[in-house]
Amino acid sequence: MQINLKFFASLREAVGTSQETLVLTSDLKTAGQVREFLCQRGGVWADALAEGRAVRIACNQEMADTSTLISDGCELAFFPPVTGG
Amino acid sequence: MPVRVQTHDFDLTTEIAQLRADTPKVGAVVTFVGTVRDLNEGEHVAEMELEHYPGMTEKALEDIVSQAKSRWDIFDALVIHRVGPLKPLEQIVLVAVTSAHRGEAFLACEFIIDYLKTLAPFWKKEQTPSGARWVDARVSDDEAMKKWAKAH
Repeated sequence: MQINLKFFASLREAVGTSQETLVLTSDLKTAGQVREFLCQRGGVWADALAEGRAVRIACNQEMADTSTLISDGCELAFFPPVTGG
Repeated sequence: MPVRVQTHDFDLTTEIAQLRADTPKVGAVVTFVGTVRDLNEGEHVAEMELEHYPGMTEKALEDIVSQAKSRWDIFDALVIHRVGPLKPLEQIVLVAVTSAHRGEAFLACEFIIDYLKTLAPFWKKEQTPSGARWVDARVSDDEAMKKWAKAH
């Protein structure tokens, strides 16, 4: 399975990239599991996506949560709470 | 287009004129304009940069406008949100709502800006004398959104 990751704002700066194509070889099913997978990279990833950090997730451009199911080709975005307006 | 994300400024008079053009049933227009302040959390703000999530931001705004239209008896709504670098005094966001009577338009306008602040993917980064910083989300914005779950 292949998914497209996007990162925005302070989270984008922290991990040093705005997007990435991730080929999943392990059996990940939810957005939360992808977050944990990215945390396991350690370093800035573990810090930026650590449990307890205020991280919002969107799947295919809709607000999602850790239990949202991912699918092949989906766009999964991670970002901090929004501050527009 | 009821929703626009753009770098350039907007003109309130022009936008309202377009929104209610040839629509004599409109009896009320309520607008909210958000502007850049020069002070935030005790620090002088020289400039801010607004980032968004192209595609999702527009969808989120359209969804908020649809919700407002289904909850209140309004005719039309317009949301313009600017992105990119902005300086104090500049306009950031416009919400305009038309209806037959003011009550519905006032409520829908406040609902749209409250939801926008919590659900639309925009992020502000400020330039201050002590460096650049990302603006933290406010708990008061979450509270403002929650009140709509009970009211109406």
